[in-house]
Amino acid sequence: MKPTNQKAWFLVLPVLLLVAISALIPLMTVVNYSVQDTFGNNQFFWAGTVWYEQVLHSERFWNALLRNLIFSGIILAIEIPLGVFVALHMPRKGWGVAACLVLMALPLLIPWNVVGTIWQVFGRVDIGLLGATLSELGVDYNYVQDPVDAWATLIVMDVWHWTSLVALLAYAGLVSIPDAYYQAARIDGASPWAVFRHIQLPKMGRVLTIAVLLRFMDSFMIYTEPFVVTGGGPGNSTTFLSIDLVQMAIGQFDLGPAAAMSIVYFLIILTLSWVFYAVMTRDDAPSPTDKEGAP
Amino acid sequence: MARIDLANIRHAYGPDPQSEADYALRRINHGFEDGGAYALLGPSGCGKTSLLNIISGLVQPTQGRVRFNGEDVTELPTEKRNIAQVFQFPVIYDSMTVHENLAFPLRNRGVKRAEADRRVNEVLEMIGLKPQADRRARGLTADEKQKISLGRGLVRSDVNAILFDEPLTVIDPQMKWELRAQLKELHRRFGYTMMYVTHDQTEALTFADKVVVMYEGEIVQVGSPEDLFERPRHTFVGYFIGSPGMNIIPTELDGANVRLGEYFAPLPMKPHLRGSPKLEIGVRPEYVRITPEGIPAQVVRVEDAGRFRILHATMEGHNVTAILREGEEIPAALHLTVDPKGLNLYADSWRVELSGQPAETPHGAAP
Repeated sequence: MKPTNQKAWFLVLPVLLLVAISALIPLMTVVNYSVQDTFGNNQFFWAGTVWYEQVLHSERFWNALLRNLIFSGIILAIEIPLGVFVALHMPRKGWGVAACLVLMALPLLIPWNVVGTIWQVFGRVDIGLLGATLSELGVDYNYVQDPVDAWATLIVMDVWHWTSLVALLAYAGLVSIPDAYYQAARIDGASPWAVFRHIQLPKMGRVLTIAVLLRFMDSFMIYTEPFVVTGGGPGNSTTFLSIDLVQMAIGQFDLGPAAAMSIVYFLIILTLSWVFYAVMTRDDAPSPTDKEGAP
Repeated sequence: MARIDLANIRHAYGPDPQSEADYALRRINHGFEDGGAYALLGPSGCGKTSLLNIISGLVQPTQGRVRFNGEDVTELPTEKRNIAQVFQFPVIYDSMTVHENLAFPLRNRGVKRAEADRRVNEVLEMIGLKPQADRRARGLTADEKQKISLGRGLVRSDVNAILFDEPLTVIDPQMKWELRAQLKELHRRFGYTMMYVTHDQTEALTFADKVVVMYEGEIVQVGSPEDLFERPRHTFVGYFIGSPGMNIIPTELDGANVRLGEYFAPLPMKPHLRGSPKLEIGVRPEYVRITPEGIPAQVVRVEDAGRFRILHATMEGHNVTAILREGEEIPAALHLTVDPKGLNLYADSWRVELSGQPAETPHGAAP
């Protein structure tokens, strides 16, 4: 037997260093803060799980989490079907393809705080095109004062900003379907709905999984846009976890609770993403023992 | 089942075709008999898939009519033509079980559940996928998937024809034989009208009763495998079919003899030719013999093809190939002779029909 040595570790060392510097060490700092207390002067004291208990018992945290879940739920329910619908109606050949792709990509190219600013101005009742027009028409719209209006503005903004990502992903899935599938469907006499249900949707499955994951993670972490548009208001109605976290960490300088909350927040996203992924790819593994009865 | 007639079919993919070269199909007139097993054979790009798609209605011909049993179906969409088509790559509906896949064409046509189940079970039996009936179609092997594609065509008991577009391309060699044998068997038992597109002559010749050879958007010959082999109507057919292909050698006519340099070979009769076409003789390598006398030839190389050997030689400055009989020696002074049975005359690449008996000469070529 050949003598074993550990030299191969040198090959993975650069990656380990990179990951350590970019991810592990910052994360450990947060972990560190979350179990300590400080009164300034760079003096830290062991605090144990106090901050975690505080976070998990705070109504403020649960309310923010609930808002996050509702927000993500709503935008997924709108953006995924809408994106698929748009992708189905995009042209497949000719100059329209390039035109469509460029137009769709535009919102994705705009920096997030600019998106927020655009909508912040757009929705203003005094000078915004949308806000002013609505109030001219007699609609009682004011996102600064009305929580429902604030939510509606944020949702419409997110749909405007991100539906094209879903559409582009779905479109990529659609164009990769070989012509033979559509031809076979015609031979089999399939209706347009059957073609969608049994060919297009299954073939888009993988990219839609990615779309759902991306949109979920991203919307669950949303910060910049609501911060710019509503600043978390009116009241606390649009205070999501991320906004709450920043207020706690920077506004109030409560490093310990903020760190504990960060960790909990991170674990929630990780868990939910994993659940999504597991559920959506459940059918993918080819299992020879698959014995589902034919209906 | 149906008889399928193509009348003056022309097809161009681009708009506004100007010259003949713009047409993928130049002019097709052919009738496919009810219950026949046909192979459409030709090189890539000869228009055989276009022709198939015109029959199934996936492609609308630029000109011409398609008739099923005398009824014009040119304007009918695919789903109304009641055609089955199997594509090069297996098409299966991933999310369905094998059973559901087969039931799909029936469900789309509103067939009752019980009737559909009965048909599907019959077809499962036919294609040998009964044990896999309730499995997801996704996890199956390529040949099982291709059987599903075929099965979806078979469940409709009244299909007018079953079309195959190079269906065995992605199948392993040993499975190819088995599937082809199954297709033949299905044809024999149920008498489907079948059309099989391929560029593989072995596939075409073993599958079909009638082989339709296509070349540059035209049908150059329709015939039994034997016709194609013995009497190729066009030099392309001679060259394309057979392994190696036919020897095509430029020639001149001298009365009822063809001339090669200073050597002559008699034709059964004096051909009637109009104008002064380009003349060639076509001889299968199987009919080129090594003889003590004849036309002197030089060996280029000998190729071992397994069951036989192929002699490549030059004769009067032309390349010829000959099939060597088992154990046959190549003499130092090589002389070749053409068996008159295998001698074909081509004028501008088309075969000149020479009826009558070959003249009585012991060796085709006499000095």
